Amino acid sequence: MSGAQGSDLNRNPPRSGRLDHAEGASVPLHSRVREAQPRGAVINGDQPINQAEAAERFMAAPEHERMHDARLWDLRQKRDRQMHGITEWEDLRRLASEIKEHALTHLDHYLEQFETNARANGIHVHWAQDADEHNAIILSLLRDHGVKRLIKSKSMLTEECGFRDFMAESGVEVVETDLGERIQQLDDEAPSHVVVPAVHKLRSDVADVFARTLGTDPNDDDVHYLTEQQREKTRPLILDAQAGLTGANFVVAETGTFVVCTNEGNADLSANTPPLQIASIGIEKVIPRLEDLPVFVRLLSRSALGSPITQYTSHFRGPRRGGELHVVLVDNGRSERLGMEQFWTSLKCIRCGACMNTCPVFRRSGGLSYGATYAGPIGLIIDPTFNRHRYSSLPFSSTLNGSCTNVCPVKINIHEQIAGWRRVLAETHELPLMKKAMMREAGHLLSHPALYRAAIATADSALKHLPRFMVYNRLNTWGHGREVPAPPRETFHQWYAANRASGQGEPS
Amino acid sequence: MRIGLFVPCYIDAFHPEVGIATLQLLERFGLDVEYPRNQTCCGQPMTNTGCHAESAATEALFVRNFTGYDYVVAPSGSCVHHVRCDMDAVEQTDDVRQVRARTYELVEFLHDILKVDAFPWAEFPHRVSLHNNCNALRGLNHASMSELREPAFSKPADLLARVRGLEFVHIQRPDECCGFGGTFSVFEKGVSEKMGYDKVRDHSNAGAAYVVSADSSCMMHQQGCAQRLDMPLKFIHIAQILNGARA
Repeated sequence: MSGAQGSDLNRNPPRSGRLDHAEGASVPLHSRVREAQPRGAVINGDQPINQAEAAERFMAAPEHERMHDARLWDLRQKRDRQMHGITEWEDLRRLASEIKEHALTHLDHYLEQFETNARANGIHVHWAQDADEHNAIILSLLRDHGVKRLIKSKSMLTEECGFRDFMAESGVEVVETDLGERIQQLDDEAPSHVVVPAVHKLRSDVADVFARTLGTDPNDDDVHYLTEQQREKTRPLILDAQAGLTGANFVVAETGTFVVCTNEGNADLSANTPPLQIASIGIEKVIPRLEDLPVFVRLLSRSALGSPITQYTSHFRGPRRGGELHVVLVDNGRSERLGMEQFWTSLKCIRCGACMNTCPVFRRSGGLSYGATYAGPIGLIIDPTFNRHRYSSLPFSSTLNGSCTNVCPVKINIHEQIAGWRRVLAETHELPLMKKAMMREAGHLLSHPALYRAAIATADSALKHLPRFMVYNRLNTWGHGREVPAPPRETFHQWYAANRASGQGEPS
Repeated sequence: MRIGLFVPCYIDAFHPEVGIATLQLLERFGLDVEYPRNQTCCGQPMTNTGCHAESAATEALFVRNFTGYDYVVAPSGSCVHHVRCDMDAVEQTDDVRQVRARTYELVEFLHDILKVDAFPWAEFPHRVSLHNNCNALRGLNHASMSELREPAFSKPADLLARVRGLEFVHIQRPDECCGFGGTFSVFEKGVSEKMGYDKVRDHSNAGAAYVVSADSSCMMHQQGCAQRLDMPLKFIHIAQILNGARA
């Protein structure tokens, strides 16, 4: 089987004369019109997020939807090309999954091993039960060191913890060093994607944000101009910050070290510029040995962006001379998730975003439509563990097509867990009453053949009743953007009765 | 070989010609095919929505109808996937387990069980685009999947390659979901419709006259989208082509 290639149906050959990875192979996209940026889901306390409503607004901005879909589909195609370049790709996925499952089922052991070794390396190790503890620990470190400005690189964990808002309230200025994340910060908007946080924005949106916040020319949306302006404005803030915060992609127990992967080198900027370095790390990030790491490094960027490796893979082993290095290990619901028989393997996630890139719903909805820290397929199975009621509708924002499961580099059965959540939500009364009632009625009709036959006996009544369970009691829901199928003169059932004498008895 | 024919509700009510073609096709191979008349549905609409308790009686009815056959065959990958892989609302008795294991989708039954290598009566002189239902593709392994590094194969394409005159066209995103997704098509109609429009445009841009699929549910959705966009695209179930339909 080695060397087997996917069918020509499924592969786009590399363009000749261009790099076969990273930006070199991206399809150049040019947005044609200026269009107001659609905003994300409406948050209304703990009321269930209406993802479908936010998705409709995203699609009502066709230029945004078209560019978003094209950009992410391009990432998916580049990922496919990388996959075809690695003979042992499926073995790597299997190995990565097994390493993670081993680490997660021995989590206490490896975390303690990491703590011991990290301390021996001169790293201060803190433990945070939840977001509040995480924020409080870091604030106290910053206050101890008299920090007024903190620079940070991209970290989904700090998004979980509402870190930026907390710091703003506490009087500490936070400056994001990842370009996409900085754009989102300046626009006071959450990241829409775990790897490319501003992918839902057009260049013209960025020009608007920078004009408003950095004083750039609102009519100049040239990427070089915008990037340079941002750099000039932000770099001085970075250079005299008193502390830097990063996340971590991997934590190595045997060495007491951690690894951060970026393309912009911005984590290194956050870590190496100021004297105080802090890393916020989810407890699920631990792997046993250094020799396990390459398995993940080979998979991560190929899955995420379709490039062989991130530009920077930085290993942090201890504090710089004269500096301090603190690691905050954060639970924030992870232990509880680890105890969920159906859903614990979601902790294997390495946050590559491949499931988002391949998800046809995500590509057409935008990540902010989910109204949660984690969007897309992985979000559908993680978000309800944070707030079951608020995120109770999210597992229904999927066709269960299974592409997410197939691209996952650590083999999380994402679409099966989405279906699993639907069942849990139904059993714990988190389904809208109307939906539940319709399903009860459908179940009754479909388990009583005579009733069912009577309901669809004629063309007219079939249209009235069949879509009734199929399309949730509203013919116009199906017919909104699609023609309703014309019912034929007779059902198969009737044809069979008329044309084959030997069938079994009539409905009882 | 006694075959129980399962004709899912959509096909029964809206596409009886697909059920008829499936029956006639199986009879061409000399099989003893029966259609248990008390059948209704496999239970998928309810479990797709998380309502397993509401699905249990329908699943039990399905098993009562189809116990005792050597094989149960249905022209729908989606429904067969539910029966074989997800039908767990009903208690797993021996009958349930047997019925689940013996239930086959038509394409895999022809390809893997009967190992049919010719359809001498079949001729379809048209340009066709093949749509794989996601459950059939990723749940029943109808074909190799673009996300995985695996050798290329396609059971439906293998069968259609034996039809005289049929010409395949290839779309840009062959494995992309068309947006039907069962109750998704209703609960998230906007995204569902957009996915459907994109899918039928892909077929159309590739030059297809017909879209062929082993699943009527996806096609009902796509056909509705194509009609709304005033596209001349036509839709036909693989059973009809293999049974000798010319158009």
